[in-house]
Amino acid sequence: MELVRSHVLVCGGTGCTSSGSSQIIDEFETQLKNFNIDNEVKVVRTGCFGLCALGPIVIVYPEGSFYSMVQKEDVAEIVEQHLLKGKIVKRLLYKETVEEDNIKSLNEVDFYKKQLRVALRNCGVINPEDIDEYIAQDGYKALGKILTEMTPEDVINTVKDSGLRGRGGGGFPTGVKWSFAAQQKNEQKYVLCNADEGDPGAFMDRSILEGDPHSLIEAMTIAGYAIGANQGYVYVRAEYPIAVHRLTVAIKQAREYGLLGKNIFGTDFSFDLEIRLGAGAFVCGEETALITSIEGHRGEPRPRPPFPAVKGLWGKPSILNNVETYANIPVIFLKGVEWFTSIGTEKSKGTKVFALGGKINNTGLVEVPMGTTLREVVYEIGGGIPNGKKFKAAQTGGPSGGCIPAELIDTPIDYDSLISIGSMMGSGGLIVMDEDTCMVDIAKFFLEFTVDESCGKCVPCRIGTKRMLEILTKITNGQGTLEDIDKLEQLCLSVKSSALCGLGQTAPNPILSTLRYFRHEYEEHVVDKKCRAGVCKALLSYKIDADKCIGCGICAKNCPVSAITGKIKEPFVIDTAKCVKCGLCETKCPKKAISK
Amino acid sequence: MSDKKLPAFNGTKEQEAQLMEVINKHKQSKGALIPVLHEAQEIYGYLPVEVQTIIAEELDIPLAEVYGVVTFYTQFSLYPKGKYKIAVCLGTACYVKGSGDILDKIKEILGIEVGECTPDGKFSLEATRCIGACGLAPVLTVNEDVYGRLVVDDVPGIIEKYQD
Ligand SMILES: Cc1cc2nc3c(=O)[nH]c(=O)nc-3n(C[C@H](O)[C@H](O)[C@H](O)COP(=O)(O)O)c2cc1C
Ligand code: FES
Repeated sequence: MELVRSHVLVCGGTGCTSSGSSQIIDEFETQLKNFNIDNEVKVVRTGCFGLCALGPIVIVYPEGSFYSMVQKEDVAEIVEQHLLKGKIVKRLLYKETVEEDNIKSLNEVDFYKKQLRVALRNCGVINPEDIDEYIAQDGYKALGKILTEMTPEDVINTVKDSGLRGRGGGGFPTGVKWSFAAQQKNEQKYVLCNADEGDPGAFMDRSILEGDPHSLIEAMTIAGYAIGANQGYVYVRAEYPIAVHRLTVAIKQAREYGLLGKNIFGTDFSFDLEIRLGAGAFVCGEETALITSIEGHRGEPRPRPPFPAVKGLWGKPSILNNVETYANIPVIFLKGVEWFTSIGTEKSKGTKVFALGGKINNTGLVEVPMGTTLREVVYEIGGGIPNGKKFKAAQTGGPSGGCIPAELIDTPIDYDSLISIGSMMGSGGLIVMDEDTCMVDIAKFFLEFTVDESCGKCVPCRIGTKRMLEILTKITNGQGTLEDIDKLEQLCLSVKSSALCGLGQTAPNPILSTLRYFRHEYEEHVVDKKCRAGVCKALLSYKIDADKCIGCGICAKNCPVSAITGKIKEPFVIDTAKCVKCGLCETKCPKKAISK
Repeated sequence: MSDKKLPAFNGTKEQEAQLMEVINKHKQSKGALIPVLHEAQEIYGYLPVEVQTIIAEELDIPLAEVYGVVTFYTQFSLYPKGKYKIAVCLGTACYVKGSGDILDKIKEILGIEVGECTPDGKFSLEATRCIGACGLAPVLTVNEDVYGRLVVDDVPGIIEKYQD
């Protein structure tokens, strides 16, 4: 083996790739050659480290120096100072790791301290395109043990005992689902993976696919053994090119190593995997729709029962699990049920990955034990709200979920607590909102999404969501009445109880939960014609504060509709009838004299 | 779809040969239609009815069903895209950080709506869902280039870059 004294890990997740990490990698290669140390130092493109807001991220081992927001121009300095001369470039270190003269290890910084990486255990640690690195982290060891020492019943019992519940949103016990499919007597069964990640503000599954694709392959193979299936399909969003590429590479390598294909580990068990690309339809995240889509049709859901475990893909017994659910499987077998059940709460075992986004300092990917409170996630891990603004609510569960208001910020995050307060775990999108976010507008945002994505098969969803959106639009335009709010609530309840699939049944949730906690904001919109967050344009009016205005005229010059007039050196005024509320004047005013 | 003008189909012989290759590769597997459509769109850039007809005939699926599938999924397009495909992320994280205003500004500058293409074929505009770069929200992409941490004032400069 080549002797390497240092490793440079560069994040190749989508976030960091977007902020330019590929150029950073190229530059490292160039500079290492320049300084003639290219055979002593190895550059590795890894999966996501989690702290996407500070990308591109580079970690140098053995020191574990965590460089953030690295620019191409900085690379030469890191190579010369750190890798050649052994002097860490403090100026580029993630500032949380620097404490006077002391450099803290990553596990001590707030962002990582409370995290526990189980599903993400290999993300940012290994090169996802190298199966040997996965194997070096005990990869495929669980599979080997299972195939040679355990019966399928043992496997299912272990998964049941672990208490693992589906991470795709529903929280159904995984072991129980597997046992249903195992009981079916059929020559042909299928193992399916839901990597369609439909929540429009979330990227947990994608990060696992990008950072640790082999754990998915290993887990699906284990599932195949448990239920008696020899073929699997991974249904991935086509919008995830990096993830698709890495998974393709991983499948190919696993086949070369005999870890997929015929007679795995010399046993008589055979299993193979294929990738199927989604094509941009949210409803295809729903299990029956996903199956219809793999079959090559319009992804419309069908009524259950029969459940997929009985009649799934091509009418054969099938199990479908989420990416993150699978990512937990190998570790459960490696570290044992006792270890896994020691993490989390009584009814929600293990950890959950969240894509933390919105109005929060540390946007990125976090994994915490179930039962961690929202406060810990927002303030300790997330570093709080930028610009000194106030936390208003967090939204989980995407278009099917609900919001958690500030007064419930101490709610532990687990399946049952979130449902009891009218939200849901969802697949892991966690969007933080501050006082500048309008809750009616957010409800409308999600309804626009569901109206767009409703497949049109059932009437309550197709027409109901549209009517709900119309009422919301009327309210945000300042034309709503109090009766509209009641009507909206009624409509929500009837769609919830009558839609065919999960999409329609959960579509009213964003409205119901904002009505539950922020009804006063709806009422302000209809009674006072006011949007306190200043988001709903129809309800805004811009004013110039005559005391602050110095009469420079910049606002008038920038106004696209000439709605501002005045004399130089005297206060200007806005003609609200002409004003189109573009907000340009507010951003241009040097004295911040204009407000809404 | 009727209010948009479709340009005349001008697929080449090479493209058709590539398409046949794709079809033959998938023909034997179950559920071949969607994988074939994905690769066909890569070849032609979009899926005009001429291409759908070839696929329907070769896979022995009614054209109506092919059309039904193409129009069901947002990834598939009946219209050609611009040379530069601008996509603004309207995922939740980007939305709460103001990507709606970014989108409005682009519409204003280019004079097109989402799903349309400028008359010179240069720019087309799409709204996408989370592209996984929420840490950089709000985000837009132009072909493969990603622009993050945007404010409305950045928009004219970005478009200018592609005005070659
Ligand atoms: C409209 C709708 C969209 C869904 N989208 C997803 C998704 O994007 N990813 C996912 O894993 N599950 C999604 N689900 C849940 C799946 O139907 C299914 O319950 C899940 O994939 C099962 O896996 P699990 O038990 O491992 O969570 C969605 C459900 C509905 C009703
Ligand atoms: S919401 Fe825009 S990148 Fe995630």
